[in-house]
Formats: sequence, structure tokens, C-alpha cells
Amino acid sequence: MTNTIWDASQPILEIENLSISFFTRMREIPAVMDFSCKVMAGEAMGLVGESGCGKSTVALGVMRDLGKNGQIVAGSIKFKGRDLVKMSEEELRHLRGSEIAMIYQEPMASLNPAMKIGAQLIEVPMIHQGMARAEAWALARQIVADVRLPDPDRILNAFPHQLSGGQQQRIVIAMALMSKPALLILDEPTTALDVTVEAGIVDLVKDLGQKYGTSMLFISHNLGLIMDVCDRLCVMYSGEAVETGAVAQVFDDMRHPYTQALFRSIPLPGADKNARPLISIPGNFPLPHERPKGCNFGPRCEYFQAGRCDAGDVAMAEVPQGDRHASRCVKWDEIDWTAAPKARIVKEKAPIGKVVLQMDDLKKYYAVSGGAFGGGHAKVVKANETLSFAAHEGETLAIVGESGCGKSTFAKVLMGLETATSGTITLFDEQVQSTPIQKRSVDTVSSVQMVFQNPFDTLNPSMTVGRQIIRALEVFHIGSSDADRTDRMLELLDLVKLPRAFAERMPRQLSGGQKQRVGIARAFAGGAKVVVADEPVSALDVSVQAAVTDLLMDIQRENKTTLLFISHDLSIVRYLSDRVLVMYLGHVVEMGSTDQVFQPPYHPYTEALLSAVPVADTKVIRKRIVLEGDIPSAMNPPSGCPFQTRCRWKSQVAGGLCDSQMPPVQVLQGGHQIKCHLSADVLGKMEPVITFAAE
Amino acid sequence: MLAFVIRRLGVMLVTALVLTFVVFYLTNLAPNLEKLARSEGSVRMTDAAVASWLDEHGHTGSVFYRYAEWLGAAPGWVRTDEKGVTRGLCIGQRDDPALAPKRCGIFQGNWGFSTVFKKTVLYSLGKSMAATGWLMLAVMLVMVPIALVIGVLAGMREGSRTDRVLSTFSIATSATPEYVSGVILVALLASPATGLSPLLAQWGWIGKKTLFMGTATSAMDHITFWNFGLPVATIALYGVGYIARMTRASMTEVMTQQYIRTARLKGVSFRQVVLRHALRNAMIAPFTVIMLQFPYLLNGVVITETLFNYKGFGWMLVTAAGNNDIEMLLGASVVAVIFVLLTQLISDIGYVFLNPRIRLG
Repeated sequence: MTNTIWDASQPILEIENLSISFFTRMREIPAVMDFSCKVMAGEAMGLVGESGCGKSTVALGVMRDLGKNGQIVAGSIKFKGRDLVKMSEEELRHLRGSEIAMIYQEPMASLNPAMKIGAQLIEVPMIHQGMARAEAWALARQIVADVRLPDPDRILNAFPHQLSGGQQQRIVIAMALMSKPALLILDEPTTALDVTVEAGIVDLVKDLGQKYGTSMLFISHNLGLIMDVCDRLCVMYSGEAVETGAVAQVFDDMRHPYTQALFRSIPLPGADKNARPLISIPGNFPLPHERPKGCNFGPRCEYFQAGRCDAGDVAMAEVPQGDRHASRCVKWDEIDWTAAPKARIVKEKAPIGKVVLQMDDLKKYYAVSGGAFGGGHAKVVKANETLSFAAHEGETLAIVGESGCGKSTFAKVLMGLETATSGTITLFDEQVQSTPIQKRSVDTVSSVQMVFQNPFDTLNPSMTVGRQIIRALEVFHIGSSDADRTDRMLELLDLVKLPRAFAERMPRQLSGGQKQRVGIARAFAGGAKVVVADEPVSALDVSVQAAVTDLLMDIQRENKTTLLFISHDLSIVRYLSDRVLVMYLGHVVEMGSTDQVFQPPYHPYTEALLSAVPVADTKVIRKRIVLEGDIPSAMNPPSGCPFQTRCRWKSQVAGGLCDSQMPPVQVLQGGHQIKCHLSADVLGKMEPVITFAAE
Repeated sequence: MLAFVIRRLGVMLVTALVLTFVVFYLTNLAPNLEKLARSEGSVRMTDAAVASWLDEHGHTGSVFYRYAEWLGAAPGWVRTDEKGVTRGLCIGQRDDPALAPKRCGIFQGNWGFSTVFKKTVLYSLGKSMAATGWLMLAVMLVMVPIALVIGVLAGMREGSRTDRVLSTFSIATSATPEYVSGVILVALLASPATGLSPLLAQWGWIGKKTLFMGTATSAMDHITFWNFGLPVATIALYGVGYIARMTRASMTEVMTQQYIRTARLKGVSFRQVVLRHALRNAMIAPFTVIMLQFPYLLNGVVITETLFNYKGFGWMLVTAAGNNDIEMLLGASVVAVIFVLLTQLISDIGYVFLNPRIRLG
């Protein structure tokens, strides 16, 4: 680009009053309205908001890839001083991939499954710099090494499906860096990845940003991640930027009610469920064609004032003494931002009762075959190894671990979808480990129920909500007549705080949070005593997560339900659980009360897991422990301790015990269990991962 | 790979045995055999005479044993009549019964004798298969490239004008059965009285009476564009529409995938996006459909071969079925079964190479 009159003191990307609409047969749907932001050279700009707020549309707008229906209706996007909106397809093509590159949410889907990694990488310099094949290959090899992938030659000759999710994302990053772009757009780059893998990717992105001086537009719904990566951020709500400024300023001195509500709805480390309850944002996100007049956030806002907030369009207002800090709120200088949130009714914790569920030495192995045409050696996947624990009435037991650690297998065995290889599961007074669900009595089935991760897929799309709940009641033989069951169904809707009118609705008419409430109603239809909640809120937006979490806990309190809460999100686990069980590669590596697990001594894996969770609080000081490599395959676990390949404490154990022997379970004070070779002495000297800066 | 092929061949053998037994059972039902006795012996035979004829020709006894005889797994039947003449499945007219082999069936290469064509089944099958083979080859060479090009062009920009025009064409052709398109083509191009031919002849553009020939009989000996064009076009037209629809569906789906967006936002030109990134992924689904066209061609050409009087496999099948030619039908079923199973095996293996994610097990 020699014909530009751009110099490094000017912004790399300058978006001014951008409006993007999607046109359907029915109407024009504005997706982004009056959006402005500036990204300087070497700066990382974060875009935060819930799903549907238009943050990805902005990114695709910058790429000018809005599809057939999308159109930029107003405003300009200047990249190095040149307006992208007015560029021709051909000019854009030269810019894409060479000056502006993008990294996507789902690495597997964004790599071509039928092309080798190498071929996909070398394309970029071959198109943009006309580089020769061999030269491009050498460059690809170097960049693959740069994104810290082992054995670049093997990787270049592999197909995408042969790599793990983390490796795939590193390849997508490598692809974006192939021609050293000036601007990198990252669209939720780590959402599909595990936390420890995420920590590695975030580290990499930050380092590469510094190394190459690349500017970044970082899109995420995760405030903690934004704080880790970005210098400035822009909070979006329903198609508009509502607040923008430097990260520290927005985090500590927010000047928009939505930003404040967002922060109050996410659990922070150190926050106890009773001391700092989560406050969910009331109401629902407005659909694009049902936006209210005036402030979009008005109907859900605590500070709403009729006649002012809904009078007309609200413009961005500069906050004085800020570093380009602006807020789209008419009342920003009237609100007392330091006031503590309204006190909530403190709810009494239900007492923990007798043992309901007891697992002893539970094992689940799967046999799989290798080789592309079948045959090969049959391998054994050890999904669960010697799982032992007890869960009590009214207790919340969190099961924490990353994908592939065996937490879902355990849930399947408990539910009877699979039978155990060995060991026992005692549910009340009955042993159920080898009874598949078809052979379980109705009582047993209705007393152990599950709430699933993805509410979008678990409801039958062609049956009304009420009908689906009644169906569950019929299956569990509850109620003697249809009228009886209808009454019970309406009560269940009350229980999950959905209006009774929803009984007639179809699942597609419900939002994600509402669907999950229906899922919860269904699980409790048979008076479940044990509920397995498999990542029940991870598919939901943060503002809804709080409400659904609170609902689960309310129901638990009333019904004295035992809740097995499967999650990878340690913040929420800390917030709601009584006891925590940490799993790694099928093993329980640590178990204890929430306080025991979240404070030293830790199991080395728990320590890494805690440090990997991004925290959206500027006062928190977090030790960075980035695990090298990926989780080993359960098909081919390491010898000795399952965690030894990534453990940073390994050198503290004498005699190479970690390589050769499965560690014993050490029982520390208060029944806190750690499966590790480290001596009590070393464990005792561990420092907390999360500390608070003195105020 | 080898283990997979061997395993699949084993499964194929079992399938072939089961299927041929079904055909054997159905063709050897009592009424068929009675018809055979009356047509081979005499129409005016008494019921008793029919029974004894059937017995003398080895058509009595357990159907399983007869099936084994036909396969060549069990010793063939031997009968000695009151004149002292010994005849049997494996004993020819003039052969010495003592020298004849004990077993003779499919395994030994003895596929029987066709009562209609008055030749051995193997010979008639070979001849008709060769004829159909040429037809199939020509159809595939015409149909597959055209269909894929139409499908890809239509699918790469869903909803565009090109897409709508090509989709209309492929829906129209796949909605027109062969007996309709064949007749239309003949009327249009191969009739001295209607269509283009009289006009062209009048203008002096063609020396003969018709542009194309309405019969493909001469193609049995010598294939030319003019005698083979119409039957090939008739079959290919239907397949073109069908495969093009499949390719289009697959292509439109691939074009909405995220990796296509990745390629586009890498700065790859549209042409290269289609050729390098979309094509191979879009070929996976139509590949199976194309391989399924082979068995269809083998059996589905009946109408076209009859219409154009081309003595291939389909024509032979119709003639044999119409004339109660049991051994011919059995032979044809063996060939058809093996052919179908082989093409499916090739299809499965090809699938693995097209789609690196697939693992067959």
C-alpha cells in the first residue's frame, strides 16, 4: 500500500457512526447503530456484550463480509485512512488476509477439513506476496513454531481433524499471522476451548501482538478475558456501543448502568454466595425489531426515568477527566456509582442431610478400534478411574474439570445411560451401577434427573412447553388424570418462575434462559432427589446465568435436592457449591469443601486451573501458571501420575515417582483429599493463586 | 485397508448367496417349473407326465439341495431311465457318464443353458454385458461431467440467476422418465416425418433421412455418434438432473461453511474458493450418488434398450423373464448382485479418500 498518506500516529482503524442492517423480505433489521471506535497502532480494543448485541456484526462489517442480506447503511470504516466502505471487491480482496486478518470462534469449523494444514497456510503469502511454494512452506514452518506448536513438520502435513482444539486455534492464529497483518480481528477466539488451553492462547495472542506490533479488535463476552488482553474496551448492548474507555477506567469507574449490571451479574473469586449474591439483569434482551424508544437498556434499567430515558435517541457523552471515556446514558452524571447494590434477602442455607448417593471405586472403560478402515489394535479408553465420593441431601457437589476428564461419562453412568465397568453406585439403598436406564424402576429414574448444557437442543422443537412437561409427568406416573397433570405442570412453571401462559408456547418462541428453565422444570417433574446439572449455564449469556443459577439454588433449598453441578467455570463453582471434586483424565485429583479446594494447599492441576480463569476485577492479582501442551488422550494416558506431563511441581518429588507411580490419595486436615506425590511439607508452602491488592 | 476389503468381500459373498437363493427359490416355484416342462417337453403333457419330466430333469427334491447343485457345491443329479441311458446335470449328450465330473455349477463355471437364446448362459451374458458396458461407459462419460459442472455452477451462488436456470433444467430432466424423453428425442431428432430431420433434409444439410438413427441395433457391431447418441442422451438426461441436484445441494451447503468464509477472508479469489476449497468437500455426497448410478444403469436401462432395440443386459433380462428362462435369469442375478456390491465397495473406499475424517470400521 504505497499510495496511502497514513502514518503511525493516526489510528489504524477508525469506525465512525457505523450502522449495519440486515434486510429480510419483511423488514430492515438494524444490527448495529451509530457505532464508533478508534484503534491505534499496537493497541488492543475489546468489544464486549451479550450474544446478539452486534459485536460480531461489527467485525464482519470491518471485513466487509456481511453476506447477501447485510448492508452498511451509514458511516465509514477507515483502515489506515482509506474508507473500506467505498472499496471495490478486488481492493478488499488484497486487504483481506494480508492487512486485516481474522481469527474465529470455532477453529474446527473454520479450517478446511479436506485440506492439509500446510496447504491452507501457504496460500496466504502465495496469494498476497506471490511467494514461491517452497519459500511459503518455510515461512509456514517458522510461524507454526512461533505459535508454539511442537513438531511443525508433522503439523503441516496433518489434516485439521488430527489436531486438538487448542492446536487448531493456534493454526488459525498462524494463518492470520502469515502475512503480518496490521490489524487482527479475534471473534471469541477461546470460547470453544478449555480454560487451561484458553490461558495458553491468550498468552500467545498477547505476546504476538507485542512482537509484531499488531493492533487487535478482540471480541468476547468474557469480561475477565478482555481485562487480560485489551487496553481499551467498548461495551455493546443491542446494537449500540453503550460505554467505551480504557479497561481500568471502565472496570473501576463505569458510567453506564448496563456495564454496572453486567459486572454485578458475574461471580468474582472471593465472593461468597451469601455475602455478594449475584444480581441478574431483569427482563430479556430486546429483539432487533422490538427495541424500545430511547435508551435500549431502559426497560431493564434500575435507574430508568420515564420521560427522559425513553424520550429519544441517546447520544454518546464524553466523561470528563477520562481517557476518551464515553457513555450512552442521559443520567450518567446523576447516578451515584459508588452506592452498593440493594441488599438482597439473605437466604438461609438448608442443612445438609444424610448420604443420598455413594460411589465406590467406580470405573468406566470403553473399547475403541484404531485405523482408517477399522481393524488395528483395539484400545481401551479409561474414562473414569476409581471414582469414590458421597453426596448428601441438600448438598451442592461441584465436579470440575476440562473436556475429556470424564465428568460427562460419570454423569452417564449415574443416569444409567451407560453401565459401570466395575465399582458400585449406591443411590439411597439401591445399587444401580449395572442397571441400564431401561431396566430402572420409574421411581429410580424420576429421582435422578439431569439438566443439560444446551437448552437449544434438548427441547423437542415441535411440542409445546406444557406438553413436554406433561409428557415427563406421564412417564413418571405422576397424577391420575390429565387435569391433574396439567395442574402439576402449571405448578412446575411457577416453580421455575415462568408465566403460566408459556405452557402454550413452542420452544422456538423462548429465549435461551427461558428454555433452560423449562429444562429445569422437566428435571424436577418427578420430584427428583438428585439432579445432575451438566454445565447448565455455560451456553447462556452472563446476565441470564445469574438468574438460572439462583433459580437452581432456590429449588434446591425448597426440595432439599442433591445437586451435582458439573462445570468448568470455577467462578460459578466457587459461588454456589458446598464441596468440589476436581477431575483430570478420569481421576479425582482433589476433593474437599469449597474453601479447602480454593485455598492452598492445592493439587498442582487445581492450582493451574484457578490461575487460568480470567477474572474481571482490577483488584485481583493472579499468579500466571500456563500449562504447556494439551490434555493427554485418555486412550494413551501417561505413565504414573496422569498430570505429570504438564505439572510444574514435578521436580519437587524425589526419585521420579511421578513418572512411574500413580500417586496415593493424601487426606489432609478436615477430610481434604489430594492425589499427589508432593510431601505435606511442600504442599504446606504453596501460595494462594488469587490475592487481592490492598486498597 | 486390506483387512477392510477382505472383510467386505466376505460380507459380499454372504449377501450374494442369500440374494441368489431368493432368486433361485422364486424362479423355481412349482408353476414356473410346470411351465418349463410344458415348453421344453410338450404343451399337451398330462400332469403325471409333467411330474415325471421334472423328476427326470432333476427338478424335484429339496430346494436347498437343488440350489447347492446349481452352485456346484453338491453333486449334480444323475438319472438312468428304463432304456438304460444315464443322464445328469453334468453329463452332456454324448459324454460317457463315467467320465463326467460329479459337481458342475456356478463354481465350476457351468452357468447352464439359455432356453431362449439357445446358447450357454455364460456366452449370452457375456455378450449382453459387453453391449451394456459400452452403453454405460458412454453414459457415464457424458452424464457425470455435465452433471457436476451444472451442480457446482448452480450451487456456488445459491439463489442467483444461473442457479435458478440450471436448477429448473435439472428438475425438468430428472422429472422426465426415460420412456418420455426417449420418445421425445426420437420424435425430435430421429423421425423422417417430424421434428428437425425433415427440415434439415429439406435444406439439404443432411444426406440421410434422419439426423440421428432411431435404433441402436447397429451399434452392437459398430458404435457411431449417430446410432448411439440418442440412447446415451436418453439415459444421461435423467441422471444429469439427479446428480446435478445432489451436487448443487452439497455445494450450497459447503459454501455456507465457516472454512469457506475463512478462505474468503484470507483474500482467496472466488474462483479459487470454489475450485480449491469447496469442490473436494462438495464432491463427497454426490460421489455416493454417482456410484449408485451404476447398478441403476445396469437394471434401469431396460426401457431404453427396449426402446432403441439395443440387445444389452436390460433387453436380455426382459426377454429371459418373459420366456421363463430360469437359468438365464439366475445367471443375470448373480452378475447383478456382484456388480452392485462391487460398486458399493468402491464407493466406500473412494469415500475414505475424499473425506479424510471418515474412518471405516
